[in-house]
Amino acid sequence: MTPEQIIFLIVAIVTLVAGISVVTSRNLIHSALWLILSLFGIAVFYVLLDAGFFAVIQVIIYIGAIAILFIFAAMLTRRVMQDTGPQSNSNWWLGALIALLLLAGIAVVLVNWQGFTSLAPELINPSERINQLGLALVSPDQYVLPFELASVLLVAAMIGAIFVAGEKKQ
Amino acid sequence: MSTELLIWLLPLPPLLAFFLIVLLTNRYKALSHSIAVGAALLSWLGSMVVFINAVRTEHLGANPIASVLNWLPTGDSWFQIGVRIDPLSAATLFFVAWTVLMIFIYSVGYHNYGQPQGDHDKKGLQPHGAIVADEHGHKHVVPSIEPMYSRFFAFIGLFAFGMYTLVVSDNLLTLFVGWEIMGLCSYLLIGFWYQKPTARAAMIKAFMTTRVGDVFMLLGIAYLYSSIDSLSYSEIFKPETLQKLAETPAIGGFLGLTAAGVIGILLFIGTVGKSAQWPLHVWLPDAMEGPTPVSAMIHAATMVSAGVYMVIRMFPLLQAGSEHGLLTPAMTLMTIIGAFTAIFAATIAVAQNDIKRVLAYSTISQLGYMIAALGIGAYVAAAFHLITHAFFKALLFLGSGSVIHGVVHGVLHTGEQVDPQNMFNMGGLRKKMPITFWTFVIGGFALSGFPLVTAGFWSKDEILADAFGHGHWVVFITLALAALLTAFYTMRQITLTFLGEPRTESAQHAQETPWTMTLPLVILAVFAVGIGWAGISESFPVIGGIIPNFVHEFIGGTLAELPEALPFNIWPLIVSLVVALGGLTLGWLVYRNQKAGAEDPLKIALGPIHTVLKNKYYFDEIYDTIFVRPAYWLADKFTNKFLDRGVIDGILHFIARIASNVGGILRNYFDKPVVNGFGDFVGEGVKKVGRSIKIIQTGRVQQYLLMALVLAFAAMFYFVFTFVGH
Amino acid sequence: MIPLSWYLIFAAILFCIGLYGVLVRKNAIAILMGIELMLNSVNINLIAFWRYRSADGIAGQAFAIIVFAVAAAEVAVGLALIISIYRRRSSVVADDMNLMKW
Repeated sequence: MTPEQIIFLIVAIVTLVAGISVVTSRNLIHSALWLILSLFGIAVFYVLLDAGFFAVIQVIIYIGAIAILFIFAAMLTRRVMQDTGPQSNSNWWLGALIALLLLAGIAVVLVNWQGFTSLAPELINPSERINQLGLALVSPDQYVLPFELASVLLVAAMIGAIFVAGEKKQ
Repeated sequence: MSTELLIWLLPLPPLLAFFLIVLLTNRYKALSHSIAVGAALLSWLGSMVVFINAVRTEHLGANPIASVLNWLPTGDSWFQIGVRIDPLSAATLFFVAWTVLMIFIYSVGYHNYGQPQGDHDKKGLQPHGAIVADEHGHKHVVPSIEPMYSRFFAFIGLFAFGMYTLVVSDNLLTLFVGWEIMGLCSYLLIGFWYQKPTARAAMIKAFMTTRVGDVFMLLGIAYLYSSIDSLSYSEIFKPETLQKLAETPAIGGFLGLTAAGVIGILLFIGTVGKSAQWPLHVWLPDAMEGPTPVSAMIHAATMVSAGVYMVIRMFPLLQAGSEHGLLTPAMTLMTIIGAFTAIFAATIAVAQNDIKRVLAYSTISQLGYMIAALGIGAYVAAAFHLITHAFFKALLFLGSGSVIHGVVHGVLHTGEQVDPQNMFNMGGLRKKMPITFWTFVIGGFALSGFPLVTAGFWSKDEILADAFGHGHWVVFITLALAALLTAFYTMRQITLTFLGEPRTESAQHAQETPWTMTLPLVILAVFAVGIGWAGISESFPVIGGIIPNFVHEFIGGTLAELPEALPFNIWPLIVSLVVALGGLTLGWLVYRNQKAGAEDPLKIALGPIHTVLKNKYYFDEIYDTIFVRPAYWLADKFTNKFLDRGVIDGILHFIARIASNVGGILRNYFDKPVVNGFGDFVGEGVKKVGRSIKIIQTGRVQQYLLMALVLAFAAMFYFVFTFVGH
Repeated sequence: MIPLSWYLIFAAILFCIGLYGVLVRKNAIAILMGIELMLNSVNINLIAFWRYRSADGIAGQAFAIIVFAVAAAEVAVGLALIISIYRRRSSVVADDMNLMKW
């Protein structure tokens, strides 16, 4: 067991437990907090995958914005959903079954794939990654179009969110 | 334009007038009468031109002014129709044109043109008068204008067209066309005031009775056509044709007659109907229901004359087969019926009180004269009497209309409820209506045969002379007696109407009629006096020979050989003078002191015979029982109830019931269960399926997701496990 | 070192946990949290594949960036909707939002 593997296993278990707690917690704020923990775990994974930029992005955006947004929404809609009562609807067994089946299916498919147990190749120029990513996102030969579209999407989402959630003037 | 073209155009103006009035100017009274009178004037003008051309033509009888055109294609050849003016039709055209024009002008005044509209005048009834107030506020009733004014002129226009067509035509077919058009107009005009029940009955009676005659005439025409393949006069009157017809026996050896005889008799029956001879005379007196111009035109001057004209025209055919002056069976029949009718109608006329009835029976009687004359072979005399009779009879009728108008004026003025047509309510009118009086006297004297100065004398004298000269004693005596009666009832009429003192208030207040009515009277009176002088026999003492006997020469020229003029014989002249003057005197003597409300002296003298005469020998009642009632019964019980409602309607109802039942079966056993059921099934089925399936749509997103994933997994597993081997 | 399979299995398990959350939770916000887990697992997959299979290229990373952006936008709009619904109906229970029911 290399130290990497041990770290991997610990973080994986933490993340998965946090994930399970997200979907089973009775209190919505607890769910949000468990979500933040799980997102942290994901960030660590990004680091393990030599994608440090993504780890930072993960923390800033997901945890810093999205999870906060969740907490805001939970607080704004708090009155109705109290900590009492079951959190799961009546078909939880069917949902669990589906999830397990899906897992089994994916596992079966992956096991039969020959690249399944490959190891990571050497990175040639690790410090150039971010440069390369930045250039890729704005270069017309590469991914400027998805980049621009993503920005338009964000604008639209922003405007939409403001409009939908805004107070209607009487 | 050529004379032939002019002849073709003669019937057209009145026809055009008819169409214009009916289609366009019905509402405009002045315009309508102007169109009608203008048309009559145009035709009169054309007729005069044609007549003058005709008399100037040499030997018009041998080469008449004629023109034909091909009309109906009949196999290889054509049926031709055309116009033909020979002496007979020229003379007829002359008097037709004059009398038609006079009557058209008269109608303007008769229907009270210029008078106000009546207060409660309705279309279909005689006008009752209008209340007018003069400048002092006095109200009195004046005669009102006829509500259906324009319609009258339209009808007489159509009638004039029919008469002109008949006169100018050169074949029996177009003659028959004109004949029937006049029959139609007679029907329409007798029943002009159609809301009156008596008028309605009279119009139907006239049409039906003449129809009987017309059917036989049509049979005659058909027989003639089938014998010689032509109906035109030029064909019929060829000597070969006449000989052939006289020698062929009739179909089926009918009574041993020849074809010519049968055809002649059949054609003559048409005249019996149209010219109201016994036994088909019953319609003419009832036809007096129509307005007086109608009576004058149709039933005195033109339509009834058309019957006599036709039979005069067909004289060569009627005479075909006679040897040296012996009468053929057709001619014998004509003589018998003509003479009988003459005396028969004269006896009835003596007992009539209505001024127009007397004239109606007089017409029947005079037509009998003409037919009897033709029957004994007096061709020229018959034609001459036709011409003179048209003038003076029209004059008498128009005069009677004028009298009635004058008395109606008095009736409206006084408000008395008397019959304005009854002579016993008149009297003393000579002072009130002088023009009418003098013209009526001229006409009446002409009818009676007043010597020398009236036309009737010359024509009647000629008939009597012919009868005497050819030795037909029975005919001579019958006609002489009829002449006596004629003079008697004519003077009776004149005395009761004009002489003496007024017998009622209305007669007291009678008034002369306007110039539109008196002018025609004067003009016709001129003819009634003068036309006779065109036919003075050459051998007449003293004055014979001064004027050539135009009538004899001209009209006689129509026949193939000019009939010989009889030498003068004093006896017929004496007899006719005696009967004429004697009858006139007798009539004056009996009636000159007739008082108001007194009985008719004749009634006292004759007693029950008078009642029989007054009721026209009960012929109407006899015909009613024998013919009319059975016909009605047959129509009602058999044709209407049994055939029409029972059989025909029964079949129809049966078919309808079957159809209805089939429809019901189809509906209940096919349409409702199958078609409706299927439709409903589809609809309900869809609804049921929808109702069961809609439960899936719960509106909950998570359930949708679950369902989607379940189904996706199911599909995926299916595909994985089916192809897991590959 | 760490074989690819570990990452992939991990991502799969995280994905299924997120799916379970989406299918089972009552609260609408909790459903959105489940969706976030699923999106994150997808991102892990993407980056893992990039690292192990085509580390020279940049496609995987670019794709992951886009996924980030989309996820952010989606959460923003989704929460805005939920708040708007909450204002109208005073409830964020997913089962109560059934206007599209038959």
